[in-house]
Amino acid sequence: MPGILVYCELKDGKLKKTSREALSIARKLAGSVGGDVVAVAVDAAYSTEKNAAALEAKVKEVQPAVLLFPGTSNGRDLAPRIAARLGVGVASDVDRLAWTDGKLRARRPVYSGKAFATVEITGTPAIATCRPNAFPVEEGAADPRVVNLPVPAIETKAKTIETKTPEAGEISIAEADIIVSGGRGLKEAANYSYIRDLAHAIGGAVGASRATVDAGWIDHQHQVGQTGRVVSPSLYIAAGISGAIQHLAGMSSSKHIIAINKDPEAAIFRVADLGVVGDLFQILPALTEEVKKAKGAH
Amino acid sequence: MNSVVCISHVPDTEARIKVAGKGVDETGLKFIVSPYDEYALEEAIRIKDAKGGDVTVLTFGPDRAAQALRECLARGATKAIHIKGDASTADALGIAKVLAAAIKTVPHDLVFFGKQGVGTDNGLVGPMVAELLGYPQVNVVTKLEVGEGKITVHREIEAAEEIIESSMPAVITAQKGLNEPRYASLKGIMAAKKVPIDTKSVADLGLQDADIFHQRVVMVSLELPPEKSGGRKIDGSDPVAAAKEILKYIREEAKAL
Ligand SMILES: Cc1cc2nc3c(=O)[nH]c(=O)nc-3n(C[C@H](O)[C@H](O)[C@H](O)COP(=O)(O)OP(=O)(O)OC[C@H]3O[C@@H](n4cnc5c(N)ncnc54)[C@H](O)[C@@H]3O)c2cc1C
Ligand SMILES: Nc1ncnc2c1ncn2[C@@H]1O[C@H](COP(=O)(O)O)[C@@H](O)[C@H]1O
Repeated sequence: MPGILVYCELKDGKLKKTSREALSIARKLAGSVGGDVVAVAVDAAYSTEKNAAALEAKVKEVQPAVLLFPGTSNGRDLAPRIAARLGVGVASDVDRLAWTDGKLRARRPVYSGKAFATVEITGTPAIATCRPNAFPVEEGAADPRVVNLPVPAIETKAKTIETKTPEAGEISIAEADIIVSGGRGLKEAANYSYIRDLAHAIGGAVGASRATVDAGWIDHQHQVGQTGRVVSPSLYIAAGISGAIQHLAGMSSSKHIIAINKDPEAAIFRVADLGVVGDLFQILPALTEEVKKAKGAH
Repeated sequence: MNSVVCISHVPDTEARIKVAGKGVDETGLKFIVSPYDEYALEEAIRIKDAKGGDVTVLTFGPDRAAQALRECLARGATKAIHIKGDASTADALGIAKVLAAAIKTVPHDLVFFGKQGVGTDNGLVGPMVAELLGYPQVNVVTKLEVGEGKITVHREIEAAEEIIESSMPAVITAQKGLNEPRYASLKGIMAAKKVPIDTKSVADLGLQDADIFHQRVVMVSLELPPEKSGGRKIDGSDPVAAAKEILKYIREEAKAL
């Protein structure tokens, strides 16, 4: 019976968190959509052309009502490709999903979260990519059996010749649950160590304002904002960031926000749940110490 | 080497969005070339400067979108195509169908997009055009080298990088970091005024309005997020006391440790 097909990604044979999030919302929807949740993965190096062919074959076999992807780099690479092949639409980067009157309804942040669009996806399957961190992982629910799709032996036009893996321990802001971000208040590149030390102690990723990226203090992979990444971690700590509208657009949907700024009038305080007026060069090291102590006590 | 660059015309990133019905209230809004499309355009111009050929800028949008094309011509694009229509009521696949049909009318080796339109925040149109044209795609590109009959492309993925080799024609979606976009020169602005913009309708491309507008992904409502009022503010002049209070918040309220 047609149900929900979820394209999953594995790391060392285990489902990635973003895939478990997509599976969790799929299970919630399954009651109203009807049918089973089928989890599929391609356990080989990613190729747009090969994975699209493998997934297309599975969609034709299963004929799902809904097809979900994790909103990761590869999920967002593949979803539009397969949608165009099937002649259906995609709602991308959704943070809410519901099955209403026989159709998939999705909410998606637009203008980097300055507004929210609710859309209805007509056509079958209805496709959506799920924004990382937006759908809680159902703890306790057993991971379903993941069907490994056969990799088609097609000649591809594009080939990955090398993958440069991140430095050990580095977490991407796209998927991080905690982000510690620094801005121009850091004064110079070397002072990013204040941010890195706290991020490391707390187990989070390092974020940045555009001012510091443009100054060359840190790589643009770390930029949060309207022209960086839009993130929604559980906890976002901003230090030495003024809170320009383009920065707020990228982080104001974080569940908890702490801001450290020496200017009590800084715009960042308008979105902060906890605002600390003070000098980041004093507060960050003290906080890093406290976090280390707290972790050590466990 | 010929390139086509797809340009979307979007509200300025500083704009505060106002809602009118199911869409954005455009009154008083300043529109700009979507920031990622600027990296796409710059790359195409650099390739043209090194290897010759044309850079055709292409947009699907209302009358005002012609300004975006003029801006791109002033920076160094050599040709411009404007498909007129209210692209805001078309879904990404509808837009992709229009752009793919227009791209087919001009010679090209590379087709450039932004990694996402600022505003729609979709990141869909580029890969959809690639599929419709049967081309390979490389998304979120930070480096591009054109070799003999092939390209070598760096693609950003979660905290890592992939290096991909592809044949041409190919679709590239540009990420910040690909290059440093130039400004228009006065000479460029003057020269751009003389370049005619090839203006067409959706019907001129042999497409039906009913396949492009109000399809597949339909807007139900557009809303603004609730205004945040700002939370608690504490004095950080005693760093250790402040750090303890922050830690308490992290553990008890954010439950993140
Ligand atoms: C098209 C466009 C797109 C953009 N996209 C983005 C984007 O995606 N992301 C983004 O971030 N920006 C973006 N911007 C830039 C944005 O407008 C701001 O310029 C930028 O966010 C400012 O960065 P900042 O807060 O680090 O620096 P500043 O605005 O200079 O703020 C520095 C802050 O540090 C504080 N400070 C200084 N010293 C200390 C200290 N010792 N302790 C504590 N606090 C201190 C100051 O009070 C100040 O508030 C964009 C701009 C444009 C035009
Ligand atoms: N109406 C349009 N006209 C021309 N190009 C567009 C249009 N809409 C989107 N694009 C291109 O597709 C990219 C991705 O847009 P989107 O899928 O809306 O995020 C943009 O950066 C543009 O390069």
